[in-house]
Amino acid sequence: MQRYLFSRLIQSALLMVGVLVITFFMVRLTGDPARVMTPRDASPERVEAMREAMGFNDPLIIQFTRYMGGAARGNFGQSLHYRAPAMSLVMQRVPATIELTLAAMGFALFFAIPLGVFGGSRPGSIWDTLARGFGLLGQTVPNFWLALMLIVVFAVDLGWFPSFGRSGPMSIVLPAVALGFFPLGQFVRLVRSATLEVRGEDYIRTAYSKGIEERAVLGRHVFRNVSITLVSIVGVQFGYMLGGSIYIESIFSWPGIGRMINEAVQARDFPLVQAIAVFSAGFVVVLNLLTDVAYALIDPRIRYED
Amino acid sequence: MRIDALDQENVRSPFQRVLRIVFRDKAGLVGVLLFGIVLFSAIFAPYIAPHHPLEQNLRISRQVPAWQEGGDWEHPLGTDNLGRDMLSRIIYGSRVSLTVGFFGVLISMSLGMILGLVAGYVGGRTDNIIMGIANLFLAIPYLLLVVVVAAVLGRSLINVIMIFGFTNAPLFVRITRGEVLRIRKSGYVESATSIGARPGRIIFQHILPNLIGPLLTVATFEMSGMIFYEAGLGFLGLSVPPGVPSWGNMLAAGRQYIQFSPWIAAFPGLAIVFTSLGMNLLGDWLRDVLDPKMRRSA
Repeated sequence: MQRYLFSRLIQSALLMVGVLVITFFMVRLTGDPARVMTPRDASPERVEAMREAMGFNDPLIIQFTRYMGGAARGNFGQSLHYRAPAMSLVMQRVPATIELTLAAMGFALFFAIPLGVFGGSRPGSIWDTLARGFGLLGQTVPNFWLALMLIVVFAVDLGWFPSFGRSGPMSIVLPAVALGFFPLGQFVRLVRSATLEVRGEDYIRTAYSKGIEERAVLGRHVFRNVSITLVSIVGVQFGYMLGGSIYIESIFSWPGIGRMINEAVQARDFPLVQAIAVFSAGFVVVLNLLTDVAYALIDPRIRYED
Repeated sequence: MRIDALDQENVRSPFQRVLRIVFRDKAGLVGVLLFGIVLFSAIFAPYIAPHHPLEQNLRISRQVPAWQEGGDWEHPLGTDNLGRDMLSRIIYGSRVSLTVGFFGVLISMSLGMILGLVAGYVGGRTDNIIMGIANLFLAIPYLLLVVVVAAVLGRSLINVIMIFGFTNAPLFVRITRGEVLRIRKSGYVESATSIGARPGRIIFQHILPNLIGPLLTVATFEMSGMIFYEAGLGFLGLSVPPGVPSWGNMLAAGRQYIQFSPWIAAFPGLAIVFTSLGMNLLGDWLRDVLDPKMRRSA
């Protein structure tokens, strides 16, 4: 177990170094980062001033060591727009995003688990049809469009929820539903197929034949086995939601890092974009690490693989 | 018994078999139908669109759909903020979506297949390096990567195709490699090696034909995903130039008028749902048809 943990730690650290390399080259894809970071109609003098200020005239290897050295100390330079340290700006926005992703995750799990378990344990029933329907819809309805339609129906027409902002518990409902819809579909699919699979196992039949109530069988035997599979995908879905929050936070004016990245991209504030990218990737890497550890703790078979 | 079963299988031509599977699986049929409609409108857009997609008429801007009061059948789905015909723009918009989806998948699948074959077949350090890089790209939230690269490169159709082509390749690398490893372990590759077949023969005769099924299935889902993401980029103003009628650009415009003219955003979104529903059903169906194990049990 310790060896496994250690090797996963090393892997994660390597991954983070790789992420830094990618973010370094990402803004240099066109070969002229100063041009990328200035408005399209900027004068040559202004571009040259940017080149000078950002040190883009130095040899690439010097720029690279400077970037990596700064990153090691948590310094990702100044935001061009806010004129403040980029990473601390990101940190200010993190709580709002975490709040939103947790709400979305809660929404997705709350509906997906019963739907998947009932659907999977009674193939062909109305529950099964519902489960398959949501599984398919989750994959085919774009969250940005869903967000707009939720606003039309529940904010404009019915006036039940506010259409933007982060004020009070009502304001999180629409963004959380829009963001959680895709994970909901994924979870339903997974839970349903996992339930279908364990349904035929001997221990489930034994449990029924002992006269245990169906609810108890589903809860104690079926769901416990399904939850192992669920753990492996929850981490992945958090990563997805960080991406999806770019749309959802922009649409609902939710003050998190998703909206920040959209604003930074529009303002060509690439030091800030880099900081957000590194933070998000780091978040996903840590999450995957935790998922693997949790997985190894739950399921002893994993520890000895690879 | 076994020989009888084989004979029966041979009597039916492949075409008959495909037809039988199409009609056996209604969901697959619906998928083929939906995707067929989108493909048809993309190819024959100039002949079926009632208006030119760029033709503006500010006097009839934001006209409601025909079935609502104040609408007419001249513009069945109404008009947008510049008085352009919604239906025509949606029909033309399918061209952008399908082009991006098709070429994006073509590039990422070719790239991923070659790298995955090399990684899985050569193994050792080469495998470690290729998989290391692939996993690295999979660690960054996908949408974030795409948004940033699109912002750096600027708005053009070629850029969008390239972005999806390259950023999606790691997924195909991973799948190809996994399949190659699985196939290599199977008995027939072992027997082929033991009678002295060369690597080229093994790859082309034994590994590639087995790869086509799983890869084509994934390609369908990925194409649907790219259509999704292209619209998302357009929504953020990062896909094809603003003048081009694309579903994403239409959504971005519709968002401004969401309160009083919700149909401007609603219809392009429905077009996306329609297309991706078709492709997902098609993908499920392809999996059934192409997976030889599934075919036996069918």
